[in-house]
Amino acid sequence: MSLRTVELALATPGLDEPGKPTRIPLGVAEPPGAHFDEDFGAEHMLVNLGPQHPATHGVLRLVVELEGETVKRVIPHIGYLHSGFEKLGEYRHYNQIIPLTDRTDYLSPMANNVALALAVEKLMGIEVTERCRVLRVIACELSRIISHLVWLGTTGIDLGAFTPFLWSFQERERVYNLQEAWTGARLTTSLTRVGGMMADIPDGWDQALREFTRTFPSTLDEVDTMFTRNAIWIGRTQGVGALSREEAINYSLSGPMLRASGVDYDVRKDRPYLGYEDYDFDVPVGEHGDVYDRYRVRLEEMYQSNRILEQALDKLRPGPINVDDPRVVLPPKGRAMSDMEAMIYHFKQVMEGVKPPAGEAYLGVENPKGELGYYFVSDGTAKPVRWRIRPPSFINLASLPKMCEGALLSDVIAINASVDIVMGEIDR
Amino acid sequence: MSTAPVSPSAAALRASFGDAIERVLVSCGDTIVYVSRARAHDALAWLRDTPGQDFNYLTDITAVDYRDPERPLEVVYQLRSLARRADLRVKIALDKRQPLEVATVYDLWKGADWLEREVYDMFGIRFAGHPDLRRLLMWETYAEGYPLRKDFPLRGHFSRSEQTRQALAANPEAHYSLEELSIAEAFAELPKDMQERLARGERGFIR
Repeated sequence: MSLRTVELALATPGLDEPGKPTRIPLGVAEPPGAHFDEDFGAEHMLVNLGPQHPATHGVLRLVVELEGETVKRVIPHIGYLHSGFEKLGEYRHYNQIIPLTDRTDYLSPMANNVALALAVEKLMGIEVTERCRVLRVIACELSRIISHLVWLGTTGIDLGAFTPFLWSFQERERVYNLQEAWTGARLTTSLTRVGGMMADIPDGWDQALREFTRTFPSTLDEVDTMFTRNAIWIGRTQGVGALSREEAINYSLSGPMLRASGVDYDVRKDRPYLGYEDYDFDVPVGEHGDVYDRYRVRLEEMYQSNRILEQALDKLRPGPINVDDPRVVLPPKGRAMSDMEAMIYHFKQVMEGVKPPAGEAYLGVENPKGELGYYFVSDGTAKPVRWRIRPPSFINLASLPKMCEGALLSDVIAINASVDIVMGEIDR
Repeated sequence: MSTAPVSPSAAALRASFGDAIERVLVSCGDTIVYVSRARAHDALAWLRDTPGQDFNYLTDITAVDYRDPERPLEVVYQLRSLARRADLRVKIALDKRQPLEVATVYDLWKGADWLEREVYDMFGIRFAGHPDLRRLLMWETYAEGYPLRKDFPLRGHFSRSEQTRQALAANPEAHYSLEELSIAEAFAELPKDMQERLARGERGFIR
């Protein structure tokens, strides 16, 4: 690295004698030819990205093998945030696992809570009430919006656009306020319980949500104006990190990553849960599978989530939020204090926990980042034998070395951003 | 609960693989097929490539260790046919007294790469033929065993003081693995004593 020069493409101060733009040397000036490494281009260089780097979105470490500026190989290192949630779950009652799910994909905690409750309910064969289903749909779609907003803002920053980050985080803040009013927490919501919800929405909450759904699309329109036909954005994203339809399936991608590659699979449409078949919404599908298509898919998904939220608010009717099943739901406090049988149920619930029958169940839901699956194996006791999380961004990230082959170093940032990773879920 | 119908793929597997299909059962509406370890790779390839089955999507690979120590470990494959919107769960039971090894499915699904590495990391089940079977979530010189086994205590095998001692004794110079250093041809340029420490494997992994 003897002589670094910068090409003045826009403001060329002049031309030298052979007619080339003047180059201004940076750093210690050495006379040209004083030191020149002949096989400089043939040498492979190792660049370390992360684990503490804003563009790796958490504690992800990438060791990049470069030939010049071209990526030959990417070796990801994960596990810096490994907390052993799956092991911990084997020592917890089913309802006690819900706080752990907050902390896996911490950008969409409510959707994780819903998925966990659904998986245990599948294990026990429980059908939740109509109002509970609608509230859970609202929770899932709000999560999708805030998760995609984080993705949008941070990806914009990674590629040099600061303003949409402010817009998206402003909208996200409004959702967080709604989340806080409903659950009492902004991040660790623990919203659901097996057989129902932790709490019903407070008075006036649905009006606040309606106001959000009315005004939110205009922010998306602004982002659309800013990005979709922006020459810089297109130049940084189109044709970058493309995976074909066959590759996307072979690499087990899910969610927006899979759909951007042209595979029309959305768990909400193809394996409907929570009554998603009754909602009118479209599933955007890309065709090129590059970073740009992933952006388009996620942007459109936010519009569609907004549509689902509006329909869910129309469907919301008064009614119970918990099933009437003493195996899983605590009796009302008044009855527990006055009725012997209700008190026994209360005691067994608190001391022993929910006891699903022996068996096993896998349930996949469409989380913002892809298909989140919870796989439970029960032996009839109150604690699961095995709690497996199928982490969508873990499996999506595994395709990163493939996507980065032959790309430029700066493309690695764009590709990594397009995966939409969250390390809490990858490392678990 | 178990009134749900058995997936027709189970009968088709029986017809093609006979005794290699050890057991078929339904739990919570999901069909589970136990395949013998020897024929598991063939059965999974057959499920992927046979028209009418088309299980072209590998949803997940995991393993289960039961609380009963006599019960075999199970490797679990969640398969999906994207075209038919159908799911199937295939399991391999592994006797703990035998070597814990199954054939990799990396040649069928590239998505199996990290999933198999994680199962190896957490359960110690080896996947024969996997191109890069290293620990994934734990560091490569992690010596306490396999965390998701039932004989692994929640806080680990080592005492907290021993864990702290090892963490502090880790060699921060060994930030790259030897494989990575060889890419940049940087290993030869390291000081002699540092080369020796790396080769002793204080942090890096020696093949």
